[in-house]
Amino acid sequence: MNGVIDLQLWQMAASYIFIAILLLIVKARGISREKEIIISSVRMTLQLIITGYVLIFLFDNANPYLTLLVIAVMEAFAINNVYKRTKMDLGKRLKKIIAFSMLSGTLLSLVYFLLIVVRINPWYDPRYFIPIAGMLVGNSMTGISLGVTKLVENMYTQRHIVESALMLGASPKAAAKEIVDGAFDSAILPTINSMVGMGIVFLPGMMTGQILSGTSPVTAIEYQIAIMLGILGSVALTVILFVQMGYKTFFNERDQLIVTSPLKKNGS
Amino acid sequence: MLYILKKIKFKDILDIEEMKIPKGKITCIVGESGSGKTTLLRMLNDLTSSDSGEILYDGKPIKNMDSVSLRRNAVMLPQTPAIFSGTVRENLLIGLKFSQKPMVSDEELLKAMELVKLTKSLEDDADLLSGGEKQRLAIARVMVMDPEVLLLDEPSSALDEETERIVINSIVEYTRKNKKTMVMVTHSKKIALEFADEIIEIKKKNLTIPERSLK
Ligand SMILES: Nc1ncnc2c1ncn2[C@@H]1O[C@H](COP(=O)(O)OP(=O)(O)OP(=O)(O)O)[C@@H](O)[C@H]1O
Ligand SMILES: [Mg+2]
Repeated sequence: MNGVIDLQLWQMAASYIFIAILLLIVKARGISREKEIIISSVRMTLQLIITGYVLIFLFDNANPYLTLLVIAVMEAFAINNVYKRTKMDLGKRLKKIIAFSMLSGTLLSLVYFLLIVVRINPWYDPRYFIPIAGMLVGNSMTGISLGVTKLVENMYTQRHIVESALMLGASPKAAAKEIVDGAFDSAILPTINSMVGMGIVFLPGMMTGQILSGTSPVTAIEYQIAIMLGILGSVALTVILFVQMGYKTFFNERDQLIVTSPLKKNGS
Repeated sequence: MLYILKKIKFKDILDIEEMKIPKGKITCIVGESGSGKTTLLRMLNDLTSSDSGEILYDGKPIKNMDSVSLRRNAVMLPQTPAIFSGTVRENLLIGLKFSQKPMVSDEELLKAMELVKLTKSLEDDADLLSGGEKQRLAIARVMVMDPEVLLLDEPSSALDEETERIVINSIVEYTRKNKKTMVMVTHSKKIALEFADEIIEIKKKNLTIPERSLK
């Protein structure tokens, strides 16, 4: 087996030539994007360097409290990101439900995946725990953001249909069923679609990384299959919890529809 | 009395000292646009709650009743008819589905369509019907449910005068024959005078000051 080619510093630096070319192109064409390109390259570089050192530290000091701290930070970041990404006025009750669904959906899937499927030992082994948690949390975050957007938007745009159903004696659950199903569907669709193209259209990042760092493709693929199913499970669980509880916030205790325009929040 | 409203207030829109709606009769609600007719009907269906006051249904305060079962007894037809995606048949049956009543045969559905003079196939896509046809489809859907109380918000607003008379006449006849209660909002004084047992007029809450200042 060949050893892994460790990139030298000058080799890393050489890859920045792509950024330099891009900068020349936008400059020549008069597209004012130089600032964003420079900022995002610098941010990526710094963030990854810091993450690298944090990971080295975590791996060298495997400790259950540290692992738990990392996952807590990840969850907090992800939940906050969902609030920001949806660009809508969500309200306290809905925000609580989002946080609850994210936490229970991702943590349940994570525990199952790590302790029953992969069987890591010790249970807090950061080398497995942290990257896998990152993938489950990140994908669930994207999924629930889509679900929240669809649910809130459609509850507003379809409010007349929902009310008409109530007038005909529907329970809130039945009146909202189509919207709830639609939100769930659009939230998990990207994950399902990404499974279809996998291995043909693109090599997933995790697998590519493992192969480049010397793991046999067979092992990499085994992991990739398991993690994809884990991601699907986590996204589905998070989103189903959210929509099942979330639609109820649009009705009051008299089973009346209470919706206000979700687009009040402008800008950030 | 089927409904008794006492000291009902809703924002600055409705202020009703007392109102009674008799059982087994046809009550028409009239009043100018924006006077609060729809708001009143929604309260009878418990889709909107008043800010203060009390509504009794069959002697019981509706705030102590289960709103979904109240709505299954007193079904409301919204001012803009709601058409659900699907065929005419699916639209006619959806009220039964929502209120968890047993399904009925196509024969019954055709009878309800005949009642509102809707001559379409049960297989037709409901979304392709004309505005007036959609309105009649929505009325027929309520008839299929056969509720004790019909709360109809301008059921004939999209119909020409002749069709309007035929349709209102047949639903009134149906209501009387089956001893149901009907509360109908209508913009047409003529219809109210001809068919109603009781007429309730809702007055727009007086905006006397701005009105005077206009002159
Ligand atoms: N939930 C609400 N909050 C505040 N105002 C409302 C609410 N619902 C209705 N209104 C206002 O109350 C007034 C009466 O509305 P409503 O729909 O009951 O009138 P209407 O008599 O049915 O009129 P039309 O004949 O045009 O249908 C309107 O000015 C409306 O904007
Ligand atoms: Mg109205």
